[in-house]
Amino acid sequence: MRMMITSIGQWFDRRLQLAAPVREIAEHPVPRSTASWWYVFGSAALVVFILQLMTGILLALIYVPSGAEAWSSLQVLNHSVTLGWFVRAMHGWGSNFMVALVLIHMMQVFLFGAYKFPRELTWILGVFLLLMTLGMAFSGQVLRFDQDAYWGLGIGASIASRVPVLGSAIVKLMLGGPIIAGATLSRFFTLHVFVIPGLLISFVCLHLLMVVKLGINEWPMPGRIVKRATYINDYHELTKKDGAPFVPYAVWKDMFFAAFIILAVAACALYFGPFGPTGRPDPTIIQTVPKPDYFFLWLYALLSLLPPSLETPALLVGPVVVIAGLLLLPFLSGEGEKSWKRRPIAVLTVMLIAITLGTFTHLAGYTPWSPHMNAWSGAAVPDQFIHGTTALERQGALIFQAKQCRNCHSLGESGGQRGPALDAVAARLTQDQLIRQVIQGGGNMPAYGKNLSPAETTALVAFLETLHPKGQTPARDASRDVALGNEKPVAQP
Amino acid sequence: MSTKAVLEPSTETAVSRRGFFVKLGILFNGMAAAVVAVPIVGFLFSAITRGRSNGYLSWVQLGKVADFPEGETRLATFRNPYVMPTDGTTADTACWVRHVAGEQFQVFAINCAHLGCPVRWFQQSGLFMCPCHGGAYYSDGSRASGPPERGLFQYPYKVENGSIAIQAGELPTPGAAIAALTGDKPPCA
Repeated sequence: MRMMITSIGQWFDRRLQLAAPVREIAEHPVPRSTASWWYVFGSAALVVFILQLMTGILLALIYVPSGAEAWSSLQVLNHSVTLGWFVRAMHGWGSNFMVALVLIHMMQVFLFGAYKFPRELTWILGVFLLLMTLGMAFSGQVLRFDQDAYWGLGIGASIASRVPVLGSAIVKLMLGGPIIAGATLSRFFTLHVFVIPGLLISFVCLHLLMVVKLGINEWPMPGRIVKRATYINDYHELTKKDGAPFVPYAVWKDMFFAAFIILAVAACALYFGPFGPTGRPDPTIIQTVPKPDYFFLWLYALLSLLPPSLETPALLVGPVVVIAGLLLLPFLSGEGEKSWKRRPIAVLTVMLIAITLGTFTHLAGYTPWSPHMNAWSGAAVPDQFIHGTTALERQGALIFQAKQCRNCHSLGESGGQRGPALDAVAARLTQDQLIRQVIQGGGNMPAYGKNLSPAETTALVAFLETLHPKGQTPARDASRDVALGNEKPVAQP
Repeated sequence: MSTKAVLEPSTETAVSRRGFFVKLGILFNGMAAAVVAVPIVGFLFSAITRGRSNGYLSWVQLGKVADFPEGETRLATFRNPYVMPTDGTTADTACWVRHVAGEQFQVFAINCAHLGCPVRWFQQSGLFMCPCHGGAYYSDGSRASGPPERGLFQYPYKVENGSIAIQAGELPTPGAAIAALTGDKPPCA
């Protein structure tokens, strides 16, 4: 039996002649220090990519890339096809894991100085692989053709339309027509299933080829300086003196980690299930709060918090600067120290980026900038704010509720966070200031002058004046009493 | 032996017969590529060229004037004039119709002028609010607060035989034809 397998193998190899090069790649010597748990993220990303290819092909057996039918075909996958929900969940979670792994891999490569000479091109291809991974994540979200996908495309189109002169043409090219419709989905299907995966596969092959040809980056030691003239010799010496064959010396850690990641994807898929789809992609249903997928939440927060005047420049110039910076990095610091212990700015940069993205992502989780559309009808003014109030103040409380002030302002911990909480507003603003703020708005608050009658304003301000902590007197303008001869001022809108 | 004899002359002259044919072959392929590229590029960019000079825009009926009471702002829906069979519900569009008085209307795009999310009308507070990034507009569509740089987009409208029609057919974005048509006035509180 064994003889037969050997002879069949030899028959093939005489024709394919692949055994020798494959063995050479598998057994190429790597520095012993690289057989580390820090060196497993790239291979894990590759394994998840293969998982994505396989689950993607399985989904394509049922999925229909038609604007009219995509959403229903996802419902069929979720509810009618045996284990369709699980394959969708694997693909969705696989996507999240892949983005995370690519980012961690990139961070590790950056901190270990692996992008320096002679691995500049490996890094550059890696930057493109990151962009393509993000492109896959976004286009995949579009293929889940639901309300989030529809309005996400709207946001993409609105950003693209800000490009000077060419904006409108770019939007039509992106959407495949004048509106978000069937042609748009077909376009993103083509990108997600043919164009980007094709590029990804070829770039991954080149990326791997270079890792094998140039050798894996050695563990960085403080003081071991990279110099173009000597590095290659030094590296060969290192692998000769302190090297070991990649298989099996280092590969087992990659295998363990990859298997762990695959199981983690499956566990998430099993426990959390597939992502959406949310409501039908029907733009006449406006009762919707669109939100992007996890890895684009930071962008969602950024777009809400940037000052309006900075937004267009930031959107158009920002990505160019970031991508150019990443591509130029190996040329700007192609030599020198590799160890993170001697590169404090590199460490601080990673921390700054991680904290910034993390904070924005966290903020996007509860969107303090968005009005809570149903707060005014969903949460009544709590009792303690009405207890012991006069008729006028109660009338004000009613107006406060009916005019939907709570969509943006919270009272008793419930309501929007767009504007400041009003539990103690009377301690901050005098009566005059309250009237002015209500009528004229300002500081990001709309003006309500046209929407409130003088009587309503009087009542509303009377209620707002009761909102101060017990034992603390409301803010008042001392000069006002004098000017009016100690009379209590009356609202004159 | 024989191959060597065939190859030898090519190394002697500056432009060999075979070298010339290779160059001619490249030129021939380049010409073929150029010929094929014309229809391919035309196909790829047809989404842009088809819509030149407001080509996508046309008049769409929204309904009877009587359906929109004076002084109120109501949601209206219409089917996009340019439709493909695979569009499904995505070709249905909503807009806000504000009947100011008589035959005077304002028809606002549902899309926030910031990044296109669907704005909602709040009758009591007299504001349009956006659920995405917190834009707010007054009842006349002008910017009230938040990230938008301008007021809501407005469709051109006309009232004929007691019905209201708007000129629509393109996703309202800052760069779209509709943005230049109306609603570009600076905000005033």
